[in-house]
Amino acid sequence: MTKSELVARIAEMNPQLYQRDVERIVSTIFEEITGALSRGDRVELRGFGAFSVKARNARVGRNPRTGASVEVDAKAVPFFKTGKQLRDLINDRGA
Amino acid sequence: MSGNTVTRAQLTEAVYQEVGLSRHESADLVESVLLEISTTLAQGEMVKISSFGSFSVRQKGQRIGRNPKTGEEVPILPRRVLVFRPSHVLKNKINTNFK
Repeated sequence: MTKSELVARIAEMNPQLYQRDVERIVSTIFEEITGALSRGDRVELRGFGAFSVKARNARVGRNPRTGASVEVDAKAVPFFKTGKQLRDLINDRGA
Repeated sequence: MSGNTVTRAQLTEAVYQEVGLSRHESADLVESVLLEISTTLAQGEMVKISSFGSFSVRQKGQRIGRNPKTGEEVPILPRRVLVFRPSHVLKNKINTNFK
């Protein structure tokens, strides 16, 4: 399912809304999560999961093709931990 | 890093500010979006959100684990796990403010 398919499904469930409003709603949700993470905040959605940012130290990497050493700078990476309810739902253990 | 936590309440507020809906309707829509993603994943289908990332379900086989306290061997049953792969856009945005 892509974002536009997600928008279409939500629009179908909400015939009172214009599709372009549903589009804005879905975009707003992901923009909020992105904004929070880029401020270094956590996003916790009980039952669904939690998004957070993890710091990675600088390290010496290697070009796997040539074997040459490359400096890799310290960086932040987004991380998602699945919520308990969603984990159970995925494993058919109800929710 | 500010260390605040954003929850459904803030997502609802953002939706409320963006579209002319009530707070109650906004909260319902946030919930429907999360539910739709969840049920799609539960059916084993991948969910791709452009410029954010993709969620997919991976099948894990059985393996032998160990109770770290007692050292006792316990089988870890086959299960399905959810994997989130952030998009490059998301990774880049997170690193613009990271120091």
